[in-house]
Amino acid sequence: MSPQRKRRATGALQRLPIWMTGIALGTSLLMIIGLIGLIMARGLGTFWPAPLWEITLKDGKSYLGLVHHVEAIPHQADAQGRPVRRTLYRIGNRELYGADFVWVNHADIVSRQRPADTVSIERLEWGPFYGFLAEVNTPAQMARGDSRLLWQSLRREIPVAHRRARKIRHMEKSVIGNINYSIESHRLALRKLQLRKPASAGSMEPERRRHEDAIAALQARYETIAQELQHLRAEDGAYQVVLKDIGGKARELPISSLVRVHRPNQLSFPGRVAVYASRLQEFVFGQPREANSEGGVAPAIFGTVMMTLIMSLAVMPLGVLAALYLHEYAKQGAIVSIVRIAVNNLAGVPSIVFGVFGLGFFCYLIGGTIDQLFFPERLPTPTFGGGAILWASLTLALLTVPVVIVSTEEALAAVPNGVREASLACGATKFQTIWRVVLPAAIPGILTGTILAMARGAGEVAPLMITGVVKLAPDLPVDHFAPFVHLDRKFMHLGFHIYDVGFQSPNVEASKAMVYMTTLLLLGIVVCLNLTAMQIRGRLREQFRGAEV
Amino acid sequence: MFTRPMLASTRPSITINRPPRGTEAGVALGDARMKTAMAIQQLNLWYGKSQAIKQVSMEIPERRVTALIGPSGCGKSTLIRCLNRLNELVEGVRIEGGVLLYGQNIFDPSVDVIDLRKRVGMVFQKSNPFPKSIYENVAYGLRVDGEHRRGVLDQVVETSLKRAALWDEVKDRLHANALRLSGGQQQRLCIARAIAIEPEVLLLDEPCSALDPIATGKIEELLYALKERYTIAIVTHNMQQAARVSDFTGFLLMGELIEFGQTEKLFTTPRDPRTEAYITGRFG
Ligand SMILES: Nc1ncnc2c1ncn2[C@@H]1O[C@H](COP(=O)(O)OP(=O)(O)OP(=O)(O)O)[C@@H](O)[C@H]1O
Ligand SMILES: [Mg+2]
Repeated sequence: MSPQRKRRATGALQRLPIWMTGIALGTSLLMIIGLIGLIMARGLGTFWPAPLWEITLKDGKSYLGLVHHVEAIPHQADAQGRPVRRTLYRIGNRELYGADFVWVNHADIVSRQRPADTVSIERLEWGPFYGFLAEVNTPAQMARGDSRLLWQSLRREIPVAHRRARKIRHMEKSVIGNINYSIESHRLALRKLQLRKPASAGSMEPERRRHEDAIAALQARYETIAQELQHLRAEDGAYQVVLKDIGGKARELPISSLVRVHRPNQLSFPGRVAVYASRLQEFVFGQPREANSEGGVAPAIFGTVMMTLIMSLAVMPLGVLAALYLHEYAKQGAIVSIVRIAVNNLAGVPSIVFGVFGLGFFCYLIGGTIDQLFFPERLPTPTFGGGAILWASLTLALLTVPVVIVSTEEALAAVPNGVREASLACGATKFQTIWRVVLPAAIPGILTGTILAMARGAGEVAPLMITGVVKLAPDLPVDHFAPFVHLDRKFMHLGFHIYDVGFQSPNVEASKAMVYMTTLLLLGIVVCLNLTAMQIRGRLREQFRGAEV
Repeated sequence: MFTRPMLASTRPSITINRPPRGTEAGVALGDARMKTAMAIQQLNLWYGKSQAIKQVSMEIPERRVTALIGPSGCGKSTLIRCLNRLNELVEGVRIEGGVLLYGQNIFDPSVDVIDLRKRVGMVFQKSNPFPKSIYENVAYGLRVDGEHRRGVLDQVVETSLKRAALWDEVKDRLHANALRLSGGQQQRLCIARAIAIEPEVLLLDEPCSALDPIATGKIEELLYALKERYTIAIVTHNMQQAARVSDFTGFLLMGELIEFGQTEKLFTTPRDPRTEAYITGRFG
């Protein structure tokens, strides 16, 4: 080898590590950006109002729908050798056609147009309806014929109808809910009285009477309100809209059941933006509809954030105390090393195992005992003895505690021994030294651990499925009934929501969009939680950073 | 020049034959006006199997500056850290012998180590302010002692900082982070922190090792002033410094106290050839 070539060869050899590390970083970045990009592209696009196409086929059938997906049919080509393509149209109107979607071969299409007066209707049941307005019937008038006038009167009627629906919902949920809650409390009080020793039965008679009277009064009130409700419902039923699909089949719907209507083929750009914003707003702040495949995810957002916070509140002290013992108090030796290795390996245990443990230990053992001791009157209905947001959070705390322990230990090790000695030399006890000097200096590191734990915990699903997450929770874990925070309630969670909507839903194709959006949202929440914690950490770090000399 | 083999061969004869240095020191301190604050009696210390302090006996007189000199690694820090029982925190340490603080053995089980450390304050070789404000650093000793009255704390912080000659430089930013001070200021802050709890004895382990001559000068002046109130034991590498600030000096070599006496005498007419070799710069 000539010296020059040799030099070049060693030069390349020297650059090899740079190349390797660079490629590794690039690959990781590509995968992350790809994942997030896919989720964003699929998720954010879904709320944009697309045009409605009317397609007529060679066999005379016609459809009205929006383009969902275009693909080439595998192993098929036309005479010129070009691939044959087909489109999946979302045609809605599930109650009329049975399915929401239809495949159309491009070769079969005779004509394709965008009729101006089509309406797209999102409603409380049966998915979207694509078609035309036929009649708008109210007690005051019966409008039919001219589509523009019909549209105007429908637009006028919808806010009024929503107000009626809100009133009905308020009666159903709040008023009747409150009555039910009071009846239930009195019933439980009665049961508690029964469970006490029969010896004192006589002295309890007045109290028993009091509860029974209260229940009777409440029931009477319930009757009147139920009647009022019936009346309201009947009134609401008088407002109807008649729709026609592309084939002319009619469908009558109460106006109050329409969530959102628009005419996609006439929408201006600001109009589209408004529809998009309204859908996004419903998604983030609204309640789920139609087996979670539509509507909002607000309860799941709430559940996720609350669970993550409870988990952090539990995992931080637990992990920090454990790490303090390991690092500051325990005599360093073989046993401590074994404990440390065991803790590190705990992070590798499959999360479902933690779930099973949580179910057995927290729900059944601890929760069951709590029920026996404090809520015997509710048995056999479990209070804490089943899945609950508290148990789910604690299970996740257990799952993520190794992360906190490891990073806390590292943070403690980074606190210079000099300040410990200085504190002791000032006459501080060991505990004072740890509490006043070591811990404050280690807090940024501890927060790093908590951030990692939060990120891991917020995305975890498997252990939650058996310790308290449900598909649809009737009530939030926080409400206006004392004690306001109900840690014994089951809750909804974005991660489980993704699983449920994406894989358990009867209408997978229609709920795909929800899956992507929910994923995006979960990602966003994790990022937000992390940013908050990082903000706090940054501020604390600033406090402890000095101009080193 | 001393070489390792030679020292090794002389070591047994020294430890066995020579009478404890403390008696000699006692002679040196035989002045009736001087009280002994701390007395080290035949102290031995092992880090695991290796012995770092060998049969050291000496006395630290009250309201005087006592210096410890010796080459790096000879055990000066180890010895001074025995005086407030800070060495006990090191794992695998074994101590034999005694240290008396006004006649009471500090290793006695009845002695509360927290109490001891309040009576024997310490400033370390590496300045180690807490990552807290200047104010909180100085107030720390009082706070852990349960003092919370703002007025008392303010008063103590001010006088301590004044005594440590730092007040003028920091009085406008008492609540700034102590880690932003310069190295010399940090060291004076550590001194202020140590004297805030009014210890009887102040131990200083090479307080000037990281400082420039001006900062060193300030600290030396400070020691001179502090001598009025406190008993001071200072470890130093710097012979001029020992000569300037101290009244008594002990020369430590490989864990043994080779010579101890009045600074003037030790530097002008050393009795041991090894002391002479060291102070004339031929060794260490
Ligand atoms: N924690 C420890 N564990 C084991 N050996 C130690 C420990 N601390 C000090 N030693 C050893 O004890 C001997 C004396 O150390 P010491 O720190 O007292 O020296 P020094 O005189 O203060 O040196 P310097 O002037 O460099 O500060 C050294 O040989 C050192 O290696
Ligand atoms: Mg030292």
